[in-house]
Amino acid sequence: MIKIQTLSTIATLVKGEIGIISEESLDVIPLKLLEMGCLPGVEVELLQVAPLKDPLYICVNGSHLAIRKEMASQIKIIKS
Amino acid sequence: MENPKPIKVALIGNPNTGKTSLFNQLTGLTQKVGNYPGVTVDKKSGNCKLSGNKTAIITDLPGTYSINPTSVDESIVLTSLLNTTDKDFPDIIVVVADVENLKRNLFLFSQVKDLEIPIILAINMSDQMERKGISLDIKTLQEELQTEVVLISSRKKIGINKVKEAIENCAVVSNTHPLCSINHKIDGDYFEKLKEVSANHTLYELWLMITQNNFPDSLTLEEKTKLMQFTQDASRVKRYQHKETIHRYQQINQILKRTYKVDRSKAKDLRAKLDKVFTHKIFGYVIFFGVLLLIFQSIFDWSTVPMDFIDAQFANLSEFVTKQMNAGVLRDLITDGIIPGIGGVVIFIPQIAILFLFVAILEETGYMSRVVFLMDKIMRRYGMSGKSVIPLISGTACAIPAVMATRTIAGWKERLITILVTPFTTCSARLPVYAILISLVIPDKKLLGYFSLQGFTLLSLYVLGFAIAIISAFILHKLLKVKSTSFFVAEMPNYKLPSIKNVILDVLEKTKAFVFGAGKIILAISIVLWFLASNGPESFKNIEKTVTENTAHKNLSFSEIQTKISSAKLENSYIGIMGKTIEPAIKPLGYDWKIGIALISSFAAREVFVGTLATIYSVESDDESNSTIKERMRAEINPETGEKRFDLAVGMSLLIFYAFAMQCMGTLAIVKRETKTWKWPMAQLVGMGILAYVASFITFTIFS
Repeated sequence: MIKIQTLSTIATLVKGEIGIISEESLDVIPLKLLEMGCLPGVEVELLQVAPLKDPLYICVNGSHLAIRKEMASQIKIIKS
Repeated sequence: MENPKPIKVALIGNPNTGKTSLFNQLTGLTQKVGNYPGVTVDKKSGNCKLSGNKTAIITDLPGTYSINPTSVDESIVLTSLLNTTDKDFPDIIVVVADVENLKRNLFLFSQVKDLEIPIILAINMSDQMERKGISLDIKTLQEELQTEVVLISSRKKIGINKVKEAIENCAVVSNTHPLCSINHKIDGDYFEKLKEVSANHTLYELWLMITQNNFPDSLTLEEKTKLMQFTQDASRVKRYQHKETIHRYQQINQILKRTYKVDRSKAKDLRAKLDKVFTHKIFGYVIFFGVLLLIFQSIFDWSTVPMDFIDAQFANLSEFVTKQMNAGVLRDLITDGIIPGIGGVVIFIPQIAILFLFVAILEETGYMSRVVFLMDKIMRRYGMSGKSVIPLISGTACAIPAVMATRTIAGWKERLITILVTPFTTCSARLPVYAILISLVIPDKKLLGYFSLQGFTLLSLYVLGFAIAIISAFILHKLLKVKSTSFFVAEMPNYKLPSIKNVILDVLEKTKAFVFGAGKIILAISIVLWFLASNGPESFKNIEKTVTENTAHKNLSFSEIQTKISSAKLENSYIGIMGKTIEPAIKPLGYDWKIGIALISSFAAREVFVGTLATIYSVESDDESNSTIKERMRAEINPETGEKRFDLAVGMSLLIFYAFAMQCMGTLAIVKRETKTWKWPMAQLVGMGILAYVASFITFTIFS
């Protein structure tokens, strides 16, 4: 099976889509977010987008979190 | 037999894991709220009976995701765990975890475990496991974690006794091994050198001291200097912290792979369905405003009956004491100072309790997080965060807990702006002032045949409070040049039915804190006021003689002379002199020196306004009549015009003044503590004061 990999960020996910956080994001993810389970290599799903398109409601590593678009657009993911 | 020393137990856990629920089950009504030295974070502790005559003292530490703190509340957790020589240092730690999100909860557990303090893991909400399709191999988990694991459901009171047993066992056989050996996987040499610094502390303790710049008293000066050297290379520390986090999660993943299984097909997701409604682009806001309306409706409506009851009881009490006691200074102090003073505090209880009740329910159910999510983008336009909504709503009860609630806002600028504008929201202390002024100056008419004009005025004042808070936030957002990295992450907890016990205990605790905190100030001020109003310099002592001998008063009846004496006394008392001194400054706003007295005393706390006027007018009136304060205020005449003192123009001007001015010492003190400088509370005092003065002046000019 051939996987088409495109490099994008959490902010480019559409509702219900799942991506995997890329290794190179490690430096841009704040420690607090890492500690809440938002780590490189784990799946992240976009659950909801707030009515004004920001913040984003994600599920990562079992944690349900709201983060701002600004942060989300820095965290690179691999869509599968 | 001698009672053994109580075991000191600390509860630690993520927010929303039911940690406080477990605390409530273990301690019941023995809870005490104290303060941690130097900070105003509530320290909750309580007693727990174990088997025989053994007891434990349980402390509920603030909820946190990690022991690396990002807020004041969280730093309490770290400080409590690092200060090994402190008398309150826990013998045992109980980590409370949510079974549904065990992975993230075990992250915190792994950190605490590495501190090598005897530890128990209580996995909460175990009654949900079947419904969520979760299965857990407790035996293997205990072996892997080298820790006693207890399955509990704190809401359903399952496993509470097992926690108690575990505490007793743990006190006997304390088994303390670090879980994750952070050292060699990250940088063996670096951590080897670190370990050599002190033999009295574990490696992980030393590492935390470096990363958090938190050096407890148990360190020697030499050790401290050595540790400081490690902090020099900040980027390396940061990199290792990241590595440490990843390493911990890897280890936890391996453990959970062997012990934790989730059958996703069984999980019925109510969360997604509810989220769809509560965060909907139209319904979401409709529901939120509906909730706000419900809150305000109940604050005004439900509380009137108990408030009228309390008001009447205190008037009765005053009357009763007047009849029972002999006339004299002591009676005056009790009936004119202490009773109205206490009454002024007690009357707030219904409103504050109702507001705290709603806030507690909204937080417990998880709805508050959805509000944060909905409002974040809007609030950001005004330089605040979605999390500012909670302080702004709480501010309608009292600004003091509201300012403390800003701690969850991570960005400093957003937090500062929220702190600065929160006192504009209409707190319950303004309510009695508004209530009495509105009933005096706004006619009791119906608007469009249905809405009460008085009610509409009150609602307008609330809207005005919010509006001015938002406008000033916007201005501050543009003006303030504060360096701050705004970083926002909010957990969206699962929806839960609120536990009645938790909600009631929460409301009780917060109401109690308000009544005793504010009550002390108000009572003290009432007594001081009474003293200042019934004493004065030389001229005060001869007042009776001067008035009686005044030839203009020759034809007056005895009671008329008595009234003249009382008001002359007040005018010449210390407080009268103070009021007279500021009279020229407040005259443009339509106020006289008596209102001036009320304004001066209100700078301690707004609600004192009503009590002060009550004191002033009861000192002035003859002793036998215990008419209500409203009747007395209505009867007050402006000597210059012969009209009522509290006419529409004066009333409106006062309403605006109280809406805008910063008249609360308690809030100023808490803002100072939270911002760590007098600069911001002073800016609030001056800025809000000028605004209040100008706005009241304009209002008075328009209406007169």
